[in-house]
Amino acid sequence: MSGTYLGMPAFPKAAHGAVHDSTLRGNLRHATHTIRAKRAKAVAEVSDWAELREAGKRIKDHTLRHLDRYLVRLEESVTAAGGTVHWAADADEANRIVTDLVKATGESEVVKVKSMATQEIGLNEALEAEGIRAYETDLAELIVQLGKDRPSHILVPAIHRNRGEIRDIFTHEMGEWGRPAPEGLTDTPAELAEAARLHLREKFLRAKVGVSGANFMVAETGTLVVVESEGNGRMCLTLPETLISVVGIEKIVPTWRDLEVFLQTLPRSSTAERMNPYTSTWTGTTDDDGPRTFHLVLLDNGRTDTLADEVGRQALRCIRCSACLNVCPVYERAGGHAYGSVYPGPIGAILSPQLRGVTSEIDASLPYASSLCGACYEVCPVAIDIPEVLVHLRERVVEGGEVTAQGNKVVLKPAKGHAAERAAMRAARWAFSRPGALRTGQRLASRTRRLHPRSLPGPGRAWSGTRDLPALPAEPFRDWWQRTHGGRDGAK
Amino acid sequence: MRVALFLTCVNDTLYPDTGRAVVKLLTRLGVEVDFPMAQTCCGQAHYNTGYRHEAEPLARHFSDVFGEYEAIVTPSGSCGAMVRELYPRMGERARAEGRGDALAATLAPVVPKTYELTEFLVDVLGVTDVGAYYPHKVTYHPTCHGLRGLGLGERPRRLLKAVKGLELVELPGAEECCGFGGTFALKNSDVSAAMGADKVHNAESTGAEVLCAADNSCLMHIGGTMARLRTGMRPVHIAEILASTEEEPAA
Repeated sequence: MSGTYLGMPAFPKAAHGAVHDSTLRGNLRHATHTIRAKRAKAVAEVSDWAELREAGKRIKDHTLRHLDRYLVRLEESVTAAGGTVHWAADADEANRIVTDLVKATGESEVVKVKSMATQEIGLNEALEAEGIRAYETDLAELIVQLGKDRPSHILVPAIHRNRGEIRDIFTHEMGEWGRPAPEGLTDTPAELAEAARLHLREKFLRAKVGVSGANFMVAETGTLVVVESEGNGRMCLTLPETLISVVGIEKIVPTWRDLEVFLQTLPRSSTAERMNPYTSTWTGTTDDDGPRTFHLVLLDNGRTDTLADEVGRQALRCIRCSACLNVCPVYERAGGHAYGSVYPGPIGAILSPQLRGVTSEIDASLPYASSLCGACYEVCPVAIDIPEVLVHLRERVVEGGEVTAQGNKVVLKPAKGHAAERAAMRAARWAFSRPGALRTGQRLASRTRRLHPRSLPGPGRAWSGTRDLPALPAEPFRDWWQRTHGGRDGAK
Repeated sequence: MRVALFLTCVNDTLYPDTGRAVVKLLTRLGVEVDFPMAQTCCGQAHYNTGYRHEAEPLARHFSDVFGEYEAIVTPSGSCGAMVRELYPRMGERARAEGRGDALAATLAPVVPKTYELTEFLVDVLGVTDVGAYYPHKVTYHPTCHGLRGLGLGERPRRLLKAVKGLELVELPGAEECCGFGGTFALKNSDVSAAMGADKVHNAESTGAEVLCAADNSCLMHIGGTMARLRTGMRPVHIAEILASTEEEPAA
């Protein structure tokens, strides 16, 4: 995955900084609560939301089950329509394909419509290394790029920035990349948007190569679909002579009829809109209209391995709406960067450790970046049971087991650093399997309760640093029961 | 009717008052309560931390202890959800791993007859007015596993509204997690503490004296935060409110 995120600390450490950054927490709280409330309203308007959610889940599951067949169908359709399909097993291969395609045009710059897949593979950095400059044209992506920053939200990559910060970034950085920000730029949304529009227009009119992702690919006609709200996507897709789309293999739907479901659920779940402002669809190439050359790079990069996992594969249903981020209390406090991936929030916590494996420190910590409150599952428009997958991946971290990696079955060892926890869990299971042992422990704790410290040593300090411990009772319930009801019901 | 009280290991060890309140309440409503002494823990902490294979013997033990009862009542949405939602899943996983139907068959009998306390009162006994008296201003926090795992819905609020003397005030952001999450509170203590503090500030803004919930684990986290922030508010389990009467009012 993106080299940008290499060297990120594990989630709790990364979250520590975010939790104590009051500007960041204020920005996130304001933004997520606003979107959350709007989404709930937009969803409540639809009388058959539950049916749409179930339909979306079924369509995606069916497609994933027959992914091989639909991908071949898609390739045939795209090729018949004048496009060229490339298959990329991993990030390196995808970057190499795109870089070579751009070089073949003789160009040294490209315009990009927001794409998670190209961020996932670190395409901008790979192009940069070959002397090709990639310009992000989505407003939020532009803010992130100019700020030498990383996206922190699936849909609102600059959610962690407020207007004042954005004005400063525009004022200081726009000139380095092209048209500078107007003199005396203020932080009003209209002025900021106009500054971005003027800056970007130059790029659109000059660029010969466009790079995009896609929200959906329709197998029956070889059509790609991008939904967006600024119009920059449509310009990127139609103005350049060459269009290169990099898309994850799971983004396929069999037919246009299937697409209908997602064009209802995606905008309402993500931006709380009844319909997104721009839906662009393109099929191969057409004379005198749009790009002359079209390349589709189909990206695997861990998706086939994810598909091999019976519990975890449901993560591939994701349509990147980001509703789970906006409702997640952990995301709200920790911010997107703490997840160390282009996919933050609850979906990132289950997607990244599957695409990348659970061996790195950050990936082993992500399945634990949740209180399992279940709000993410409740809002998910394709019913991904995120808590279920989180627990499944926790098991993979602490117990190891068989997984598929690069197409091969391998047996993972338990992750390091869980020895004390594993011992504690075993000891607890041992005591809980013996009611007598539990009772002896309870009695001992109760009798020595006046000797217990107010704060705890070791891992317990994490608790008692911010919360008071409950006082131990003089007598556990079972002793009271024995004393008052003993002999009545026959103690088993 | 004779029911088994599944008190949970946390309540047994740390919150015996909740157990006594459940016994008092159910007895008052004409239910015969047993406390099977061999009960221990449902295995949730193990399961949710990733130690499914440590949780399985505990689930089997739970079924051995409670299998014979007509109904199992627990004052914990979280432990109730463990039995109802996750025991069937443990059975399915064992089957998927080629270990046959034995685990599923062992666990299946207890699943449909396990009830969270408020569910049992409203759905099985069919009461909303339990004859309680509690002259305090109370706000209610619907805990995540009760709310989304078991779908308790309005049941606890309906029970509270019928309590004489009780003034129920709405908690802003009620459906947001308090940040406990079992081992989450230790593994991600910064985020957990921040969530807890926000929950407590929301509770304070209501002017209530008491924050009530149907799960002592969440109340331990919220109460510990309240004490540290010196709010003067108290966490109280819903069973203790419902058990309180004019003759024997809760403290």
